[in-house]
Parts: sequence; structure tokens; C-alpha cells
Amino acid sequence: MANKHVNAVIVGAGAGGGVVAKVLAEAGLSVVLLERGKWQSFEDTTDDELRSQRTTVLGNAYGPDDARYRRVIENPDGSTRIVLPSEGGYNNNAACVGSGTLSYGAMAWRFMPQDFRLKSIYGCPEGSTLDDWPIAYDELEPCYERAEWEIGVAGSDEGNPFAPPRKRPRPMPPFPYNKEGRILFDAAKRLGWHPFPVPMLRNSIPYGGRPKCIHMRSCCGFACPINAKCGTQNTVIPAAMATGNCEVRTDAVVSEILLDGRGKARGVKYFDAGDRLQEQTADLVIVSASATETPRLLLNSKSKLFPNGAGNNHDWVGRNLQGHCYCGANGLMDEDIYEEAGPGACVAFCDFSHGNKGLVGGAMMANEFIALPYAFTNTRPPGASRWGLAHKAHQRAYYKRTIRVMGPVQEMPVFESRVRVDPAVKDHWGIPVARLSGRRHPHDVEIAKFVVDKVATLLREAGAHDIWTWVPGLGGPSGGQHQAGTCRMGNDPKTSVTNRYGQVHEIDNLFVADGSLNVTNGGFNPALTIMALGYWVGEYIVKEWKGGGRFRA
Amino acid sequence: MAKEARGGASRRACLKIMAAAAGGAAAGVGGAAAVGRLGRAPEGPWRVLTPDEARLVEAVAEQIVPADRDPGAKEAGVVRYIDRQLDGPHRRFAEKYRRGLRSLVQTSRAQFGKPFEALSWPEQTRLLQALESGKVPQGIWTDPSSRDFFNLLRDHTMQGFYGSPRHGGNRNYASYKMLGLEYPRVIGQNRYAGQPG
Repeated sequence: MANKHVNAVIVGAGAGGGVVAKVLAEAGLSVVLLERGKWQSFEDTTDDELRSQRTTVLGNAYGPDDARYRRVIENPDGSTRIVLPSEGGYNNNAACVGSGTLSYGAMAWRFMPQDFRLKSIYGCPEGSTLDDWPIAYDELEPCYERAEWEIGVAGSDEGNPFAPPRKRPRPMPPFPYNKEGRILFDAAKRLGWHPFPVPMLRNSIPYGGRPKCIHMRSCCGFACPINAKCGTQNTVIPAAMATGNCEVRTDAVVSEILLDGRGKARGVKYFDAGDRLQEQTADLVIVSASATETPRLLLNSKSKLFPNGAGNNHDWVGRNLQGHCYCGANGLMDEDIYEEAGPGACVAFCDFSHGNKGLVGGAMMANEFIALPYAFTNTRPPGASRWGLAHKAHQRAYYKRTIRVMGPVQEMPVFESRVRVDPAVKDHWGIPVARLSGRRHPHDVEIAKFVVDKVATLLREAGAHDIWTWVPGLGGPSGGQHQAGTCRMGNDPKTSVTNRYGQVHEIDNLFVADGSLNVTNGGFNPALTIMALGYWVGEYIVKEWKGGGRFRA
Repeated sequence: MAKEARGGASRRACLKIMAAAAGGAAAGVGGAAAVGRLGRAPEGPWRVLTPDEARLVEAVAEQIVPADRDPGAKEAGVVRYIDRQLDGPHRRFAEKYRRGLRSLVQTSRAQFGKPFEALSWPEQTRLLQALESGKVPQGIWTDPSSRDFFNLLRDHTMQGFYGSPRHGGNRNYASYKMLGLEYPRVIGQNRYAGQPG
């Protein structure tokens, strides 16, 4: 039996799609939210370090599974390899309702105003496709505020003179510092820096009908056992369902956007839990499947008008794949700094996010999430033995005495870093898989070198001995969980995929609402920005819909 | 969410034990001989490993995480973890294990004239250091390379020793006790009162 036609079908129930579902459903549109994964909770995989979102050696706790999914990675030398979802090269985002927001570390950053205007402020490094966003921070600010209040953020700008302007404080007070945080706070103060508490999508007080955080050491990478972490799965998606206008359909793997002969989208095709091909027609299609799966879906959706994929007549779909050039430093301390007070990350510094001489942007720095015992076996100073009695002695002596600070360096967009569909390899359903290629811009590494030098200074001031820094190289394709940029927004259809509202330039009832839109990815964890973009896109759709129904097929 | 920091991986100084063996890889090695038979195998039942392979893996794992004042890999049941995973998520490594263990047997025979399990503790250490650094007799290690195989076994040993006991290793929470971490945890108990510090 055919599925009932709806106003909007949304592909992907993550940070972006979950928000759009709420905005549209509350405005009275009928919505079907398709998610390839399932509803998941703490009970499914509990606090199992080997099967989490951060350590996947026994598989992905929150999907996708190794049996049905794969990708192709193109190495810098042109050779290719097939990777499974639990392998590092896959660049996985979780496949479940809420996606990464179920198990994330939950840092709740607003990008800074400068992050939207990098090209104007700094100029474009050679070999990059760097551009300004078509929207300014001030325009997105109300959407950040809505995300903070409707999903739930704890934090305060007190102590951070670099905080972007805001009209309303966050709904919850910040979390207190753990011992590592207090040591770093004091050290930063002595250096004249400006430490402040990391804003978190996590309850510091009861909020949204859910209890306050109980500080599990296994927090980042795990679902919360008491639902104190705020994701789309326990906030906006239930709110969308409560309107009676939104149906969430899980185990729905979308294979294609249906395009008609007039250049409009008319719905999607997907495989249901029984691998049966289904069709869901809709007046509007919103794709929020991540910066790898969104372009894959567009590229797999061809028609006479779009022989190279939906919205891809200028060959920008899948381009500019970015993540973060994570760098940092570890140091050994003479006293225990560990506290049974997860998730660990609690103090941050934006002193080097912008205005660094000769560099385009920079990075926020924060102390790191608690490393669980297996992950910690790879945290060693250079020259230390990785096994034997020395390994064990180090594990005992320094598990609770290793101080760590890291920063997500903003990456310069590169045209050849991209997502394509592989001509030969298909997944379980016969859908051509994503093929990732390219590498970082050399400038990213320059910024990282600058940032780790600052981190090392901080750790030294904090009393660490044996400090070692960590700077990534150019690598293969960057992306990871912070993947972004592959359907970027812009005013010029020749150098972007969507307009400033996430509306695909060439198909006016097809929208993108996820990190794919990010022109640049900020020197911050991007989840709150993706949520804000969900509000931005959703509010525009509602306004247009109510103003004349121009999307109606 | 931040990616895991990777500390710089060190290479141990290699010991010059290889010279005598160079070119003599075939000496005493019966082709693709099965893993040797020596002493009692750890208690099964085994899902993928043969009892002889299990004993050999256990000997290597014990070198990687030796017993001292805290239990080592053997007591923590690491080999049980490895065997179970080879019948599960690590199924794709089973063939690599088989070939790698055969190469390990051959290397031990070529260099010391006896099975790995019969070597003295320092001899075993030296042999594994050679595997780790790739300083091994030519012709024995092709696929996997000795480094690949050592790193695989090292990684799986760490997983078995430090991972959740539900997967067959970390018996009696050995590693959590060693690190002074509370386990099992009772959600909502006083140590998670919600106020750090």
C-alpha cells in the first residue's frame, strides 16, 4: 500500500533533521522523518568502552553496522580501499534517532562572528576555496538562542571576553570545574589568558523534564543512562511527534530523491526494515543525513535535468569536505588530577581562536574528555614502551596524572577534498556508496603547530613535566564526526549548492539542513551550529509556506 | 566530540639477535607446520583457536601485559577474549592470526631452535621486540608482516585486559582494580552525586 503523501519528508533524524521536524510539525505541516537507524538508549550497549561512539574496535554502538554499510577511501596516491563503519577511515556519524547527539560529549558552541567572515578578514590561502558565509552571525543568533533553550544548554560567558554577543543567557548555569579544570583555570589565569566553563548540551540542573547530570566517567561516546544529556532524540523529536503532525520512521534507508520532469523533487525512495522498496511523496524534501551521506544521496538522484545528481549542475555537490584538524598536548603531573567526575572536559580558552598573526583563524582549546583505560593505552610520551612491565607501570602511575588539552583547528576548504559516489561498490541495498578523497590544506597544519605550542605553554604552567604535543599531518580525507561543507550555502549558484536558506539553488522544494551547509566549520565542535541551522532552514520554510505555498507540487 | 589523542608510538631499541638467523629461516622449520605442542593448553573450550594456538597466544599476551603485583593477561583471561572476538567482530582477523602464529613458531625455531613457549622470559621478550621492530629473518613474515602481527596482538591484548569483562577478558575487573576505578558501577549512587570536587 502506498504511503500517504505528506507536506515534508526529512531524511536523517540527527542534529539538523530533528530540529527541522519540530519547526515544521509545530507550524502544522505533515512531516515524515526518516532515519536509517533505530531508537537507542543506554541499555542497548551500556558503558562498554570497546563498543562506543569513540572506541569502535568491537563495532559501532550506535550504528551503522559493518554488515550492511561500507565506503571507499581514495588514498592520496589514487589507490582505493573499502572501509567498514567501525574502521577509522570511514568517518562515521552515528546512525540512530538523534545521531551523534545521543552519545556526544555535548559541547555547545556558538561559532564566533569572525568564523562567518574568514575570507573578508584574513584573505584566502592559496589552494583553498575559502569564502564567507552568506549569512552573518547576527542573523543566526536568534536560532542559536532557540537551540539553547529548546534543546538545553548549561553555560555562562562570564570570564570569556571573546564570547559572541547574545541577547539572552543560557537556560542552565555552567558546570563546576573538576580538579584538572581547576588546575588549568589557575594556570591560564597566571598566563593572562581567559578561562571559562565549556558550554554543554547537558543538564546542570533538572531541565526539560529530565534530571541533572550524574557525571559518569563514560559520558562522551555513550548514551546517558538517566537522559541528562540533551540531544534531538529526547527534546525536539519527541516535541515534533507530540504535535501529531510528525511520524518518525526508523530503519528507513533512503536511496534516491525522486525528481520530476519540471526540475522539482516529489519525494524519496527508501528501503524499509524488511528491505522492501518504498516511496514517500511530499511537497518538500529536506536532506539532513550528514556531510557525507547528504551529498551521496544528491549524487545518487539523477534525472534528465540533473544528469550529474540533484542540484549538481555546477559540480559543487560533495566538494569542500572538512572536519577539524585536531591537535593538542598531553603532560604528566606529579599528583593525581583525575576525579570521578565525567565527562572531563570542563574548562575552555578562546584566546587563540582569532587574531593570530599570519594565520587564518585558530582554535578553541579545552581540556579533554576522560580517556577510558583501553583508550589510554595509546596515550604515551614519545619513547615510552607500549607493552611489558613498563606499560603497566605507566598505566598505574599516570592514568590519573595525565593532563590533556586539545583544540579543533578550523580547516581551510579544499575543492578536491570531496565526496563522490563510487562507480562499482554498493551497500547491502545495492546503493552506490560514498567515496571520500582529498586531504587537508597545509595551512591547517600551520595553525595546529601554533595552537599546540600555546597548549604546551599552558601545561607547563600547570606543573606538567614530560609534555608531548600532537599535530596531525595532511592525512587522507578529513571529516570525522565533525564532517561539514559538502553542500555549502552561498549567494552564487556557480560556487555553492544552496542559497542562504539551505534551499538547493536549482530545485526550490529541496533543502539541506545539516553540517553540509557550513561554508567553514569554525574552530569549535559544530553540533549547536548545526542545530541552529536547523531552526534557520525550518523557519524559512514555514515563512514561505504560510506566505503562499510556493513549494506545493 | 574530540578524536582520541594518539601519543607518539615508540619503537624499542632493537637487539642484535638476528644476525645468526639471517638466511637460515628454513632451518628446523617444517614448512607450514602447525603451531607446536608443548605443555598444557589453557582451559577451553575454544571457539576459533586450537588449544595449541591458545597456549601460544596466551604466552605472547602475558609478555604484553605481564603479571606483577597486579594480575597479567593470563590471569585476566585475555586469550578467552581474543578467541571469542575471533568468532565475532574480529572474525576478519582469524586468518591473519593463523598465518601470524605459524610465522611466530617458525621464527622461534629459526632463532632459538625451540618453541616460543619453551623460551626463557628474556628470550621471549627479545623475540617480540624483534617482531615489533621488523628485524626478523627474511622469508618467514610476508603477510602479515611481523610488525602488523605484533601490533594486532598487542592491541587485542589491551582490549582484553582493559575492556569490559562481558567480552571474556578483564576477569574479576583486574585492570579496573589495578587503576583504582570503581566497577561495577551503580548508576546514581553517591559517588556520582553530581558535584565534582
